[in-house]
Amino acid sequence: MSADQHALLLDRGNLKRRNRFNKAVEVVSTVAAVLAVAVLVIVVGSVFLKGVGALSLHFLTTPTALFGESGGGISNAIVGSAIIVAIASVIAIPIGILIAIYTTEFAPPSIAHPVRFVLDILNGVPTIITGIFVFGLLVEGNHQSGFAASVALAIVMLPIVARTAQEVLTLVPSTLKEAANALGIAPWRSTVRITIPTAAGGLITGSLLAVARVAGETAPIILLSSIVSQGVLTDPGEPLASIPYFIFQSSESPSATAHTEAWAAALVLIAFVLVLNVVARAFYARSRKRMGA
Amino acid sequence: MEAGTLSNPALRARRNLTDRIGDPLLRGLSGLAAALAVVVIVGIIYEVIHLAWPAIQEFGLGFVTTNDWNPVAKRFGAAPFLYGTVVTSFIALLFAAPLSIAISLYLTELAPRRIMRPVATLVDMLAAIPTVILGLWGILVLGPFMRDTIEPALHSVLGFLPIFDGDPSAFGYLTAALILTIMVTPIITSVTREVFETVPGDLKEASYALGATRWEMVRQVVLPYSRPGIVGATILGLGRAIGEAIAVAQVIGGANLINASLFHTGGTLAAQIASQFQNSAGLQKASLAYLGLILLVFAVVVNVVARVIVQRGQIGDADAEDLDIAAPATRAQPV
Repeated sequence: MSADQHALLLDRGNLKRRNRFNKAVEVVSTVAAVLAVAVLVIVVGSVFLKGVGALSLHFLTTPTALFGESGGGISNAIVGSAIIVAIASVIAIPIGILIAIYTTEFAPPSIAHPVRFVLDILNGVPTIITGIFVFGLLVEGNHQSGFAASVALAIVMLPIVARTAQEVLTLVPSTLKEAANALGIAPWRSTVRITIPTAAGGLITGSLLAVARVAGETAPIILLSSIVSQGVLTDPGEPLASIPYFIFQSSESPSATAHTEAWAAALVLIAFVLVLNVVARAFYARSRKRMGA
Repeated sequence: MEAGTLSNPALRARRNLTDRIGDPLLRGLSGLAAALAVVVIVGIIYEVIHLAWPAIQEFGLGFVTTNDWNPVAKRFGAAPFLYGTVVTSFIALLFAAPLSIAISLYLTELAPRRIMRPVATLVDMLAAIPTVILGLWGILVLGPFMRDTIEPALHSVLGFLPIFDGDPSAFGYLTAALILTIMVTPIITSVTREVFETVPGDLKEASYALGATRWEMVRQVVLPYSRPGIVGATILGLGRAIGEAIAVAQVIGGANLINASLFHTGGTLAAQIASQFQNSAGLQKASLAYLGLILLVFAVVVNVVARVIVQRGQIGDADAEDLDIAAPATRAQPV
């Protein structure tokens, strides 16, 4: 067929269609990105608009009212959350960083790799399961406590801290470590005095992200620290109030007042979490720049 | 790193005491910490089986297929919650996976640099929203919207399908699935975006040079090259979706039976545990732990599979062969 010879010249019929299809895909991709940002704006916007009205100094400094009464606040939940998350951080951050030090500085690959794998599996364990684990470990035959919630949150934090710390520690330039070795400095000393300070920004990032992640964690708290007495409590041996559980409880209530209080508490929590995320990112950017990565 | 094995006694004597203690101490402590992580995962598995044991003895494997949850008659089964978990996660991934791919394409191929960074950060921020707040939003904003707008529309157009039959309601499988979609989209996106960024520029340019449009380049180069990463990311998202307890418990409505209609209330493994565990005792508590055991097995399998796929994609780089394009080594090298 003679038309074949001219196919390249003549056959421009589908170019239009190809371009149109291309354009359509570009539009779809752009719409998808806009949609994702829009959902963020709608959710955060809802929380802000519905919560800001109920937010006041009174709300932040008054403990939750008795059941059926109004005019309460979330001071007990703020204090409880702070204690639970602080204890969890004290447990998880040092252990997480130690794990990272072990896998990056000491362990041979045949051990470091399985440890990483275990951390990934641990990261994939649903937090409600972590709650069941700590329930069987500390609460069954005993009673709920803020400390039990802390242990569960620490387990949730551990793989996040350890994995980010591993990533950052491997970014530390090996020339620094080699220089220390050449000077005859003991490995532990070069780790503590050189590797860790160089990676500090990234280590802080991982820790802050882990704190931000568990500050809103609700599932383990329902099993471990939900039967709470009145007033501002500070003894981690007893069940403590917390912001996520307050939001959960108020959201399940049919009362409109409870819903307004839930939005206000959600605004406090979301502000805390987002600020922590922004700060963490800033630390990470600075740290990477410092290590020339 | 060999300072710990100095063989010369004279040199060894000169190492001061702190170094002789410090090295084994740090090595020991950090090794202990790593061992602790292993102990925790083993402990989790042991403790969940331990708590579930009475239910495992009572119901055996038939538990998995029993479509019943009746605390009064002490009959418990996992089928309604397995069904709910599978349906909500499946719908969530059905939306989230294409959405994530599209967002990643926008970020890596279309967006100008100064837009790309902030948009990527905002999408990551979506992942940072605590799930209890998504659940609250689901109850008070999304739920009513589904009941009044989306579900009536679906019902009027596709009502002949059993899944869109029945009365619209604020709480149910579909609302839960949409909340899960919002949760897992940023998680899948962050992985697919990273994978897309690793597609070699010369492969893309080669495709353009052959006259491909941007979409054709994506279909012939970016997507095949990233396939293991996309699959792995989607499975990671699946792991998050099946394990989410709180947001789902808030919006799924808590029914104990399988229901064909997506508008109907239901339950998932994780949500059932979250809503009943603290007020249960005896066989019911053990049955909830049994649900937890099934969920744990799911989560571990899903995560192992996802890691293996993502890692094999990164190390093996078998995709270049799939593409039938010669390795970059044949490219003209600048001297």
